[in-house]
Amino acid sequence: MKRPGVMIGAVLGRLTKKPVTVLFPFEESPAEPGYRGQMNFDNDKCISCGMCAKDCPSFACVMEEIDGKKRPVFYLDRCMFCGQCEESCPKDAIEMTTKYDLAHLPGDEPIVK
Amino acid sequence: MAKLTIPIGPQHPALKEPEKFMITVEGETVVDADVRIGHMHRGLEKMFENRTYMQLIHATERICGICSFTHSTNFCQNVEYILGTDPPPRGLYLRTIMNEWERIHSHLLWLGIAGHEMGFDTLLMWSWDDREEILNLFEDITGNRVTHAYNTIGGVRRDISDAQIQRSLRVHDYLLERMDAYVHVALNEKTVLKRTQGVGILTTEDAKRLCAVGPRLRASNISYDVRKNDPYAAYDQIPWEVITCDTLDVHAQLVVRALEIIEAIKMCKYMLENLPAGDIRIKVPRKVPEGEAISRTEAPRGEDLHYLKSNGTDKPERLKVRAPTLANILNVAHVLKGANIADVPMIVAGIDPCMGCMDRVLIVDSEKETSRVWDREQLRKYSIDWYEKEAFR
Repeated sequence: MKRPGVMIGAVLGRLTKKPVTVLFPFEESPAEPGYRGQMNFDNDKCISCGMCAKDCPSFACVMEEIDGKKRPVFYLDRCMFCGQCEESCPKDAIEMTTKYDLAHLPGDEPIVK
Repeated sequence: MAKLTIPIGPQHPALKEPEKFMITVEGETVVDADVRIGHMHRGLEKMFENRTYMQLIHATERICGICSFTHSTNFCQNVEYILGTDPPPRGLYLRTIMNEWERIHSHLLWLGIAGHEMGFDTLLMWSWDDREEILNLFEDITGNRVTHAYNTIGGVRRDISDAQIQRSLRVHDYLLERMDAYVHVALNEKTVLKRTQGVGILTTEDAKRLCAVGPRLRASNISYDVRKNDPYAAYDQIPWEVITCDTLDVHAQLVVRALEIIEAIKMCKYMLENLPAGDIRIKVPRKVPEGEAISRTEAPRGEDLHYLKSNGTDKPERLKVRAPTLANILNVAHVLKGANIADVPMIVAGIDPCMGCMDRVLIVDSEKETSRVWDREQLRKYSIDWYEKEAFR
C-alpha cells in the first residue's frame, strides 16, 4: 500500500529551483511582452472619428469635449483590456502597454486621456 | 432503512456555476438524484441583441471563463457564414492552434481538480504548474491568459512570429515529456485507481439516450467528435485521431482527457511546423445581411452550439448558446443513482462542469426529522476519510 521514496525525485528536483512566488509589489513580476495592459493615447494623432468609443464592448471609452475637440477618455475601472480600441483606431493613436498594476484607492480612479 | 434527502448547492460566492442537486440516500447509497439548474442566469442572450458584432466578439468570449476561445470561434464562424467569407488559411491554422491550447490548459486544470477531489493534492500542484506554461504562451501570443480577444470576424487579430513559434515548440516538447508522468499516474497510482475505477459508469446506450457530449461521451466508448465528424477551422487538414475508452467510468474520462492532451500537443506541433504563409485576416463589412447560421465546435468539455439570426443591421436579432455542461448534466443525474455518497464529488467533477458547487450539503433525516448541514469541504473530507477507512477494512 505505502511506497516510501516514490516522491523523492520530484522533491529533490524542486530543492534546486527558485520559488515560483514573488513578493509583489516589492519585487517586480513582469508580464509577457505581448500582454495587453493599460493603453497609451497619442493626442496628436487622433482625428476624433469616435470608432474606439463605438466599438468598446464595456463602454469604458467615451468621447468627451477636451479643449474644444472631441477626444476619447478611457475609464480603466470599466475597461476589460480587449484591445478593440487599438484595433479600431484608423490612425494608430492608441497603443496597449504591458502595465497591469492599476490598484487604487477610492476617488483615485485611473483614467487615460 | 430511513431515506435521507441531501440538497447539494446551489451556490458559493467563490465558484462559477451554481447548481442544486437534491440527492435521496438510503444508508450510503444514492437512490434518487434531481438536478435543478438556472441559478446562474445572467441574461446574456438578451444583452447580445443590444450589442454590435464587433462588441459581441468580446462579449461571447465571456460566456465561459475557461473555454472562452471556443465560444468566440463559434460566433465568428456564424458571422463569416452569413457574410459568405472564409478566413485565409494562416488565420484558420492559428485559430485551430488556440483551440487546441485551450483544450490542453482546460484538461490540465480538470486533472488538478480531479486530484484535489480524490485527496491527491500533489497532482493538483503538478498539473497546475505545467498549465502555467500554456497560459504564459497565451499571454505572450494572444495578449491575455484566459480572455484572449484573439478571434475576429474574418480571421485572427495577431500574427505569430518565428521566435514565438520556436518558444511554443519548446514548451510543447516539455509538456509532452511531462504527460508521460501523468499517464503513468492515471494508469498506475493506487489513489487514482481506487477512487475512479468502477465509479460513475455510463453505458454506451445510456450515453446515446441522454445525449452526453465531449470526453464523457468518448469515455462511454462512442467515437464522436465535432472536430472529426463536422470539421471546422483547419481540423480537416491535419492528422489526428479521436480518443475513446471502453471502461465507461470516471477512470475512462481521466484516460481520455490525458490522451487528448497528448493528441492536442502533437496536433499543435504539426500545425506550428506547417503553418501556411500569407494573411491572417480579411476585412469584413460592419453590417451583416439578413440570414441565419448554426455553428458547432468541440469545446474542451464537449459540443458547443451557437445559433445566430441577423436582420441586416450591425446588431443580431437573436444569438442562442448551448454550452456543453447543459448537455452533460442529464447524465450526471442518471449516473448518481446507485452510487455511493463518497463518490458524489468524483462523479460530478467527472464531467468537468466548471464547478464544485457543493457549497452547502443539508442532510435531512425524514424519520427522525433532524438535519445537518455540510459544506463542500466537509463532503470532500467525508469522501476521503470514507475511502481511507475502506482501505484498511
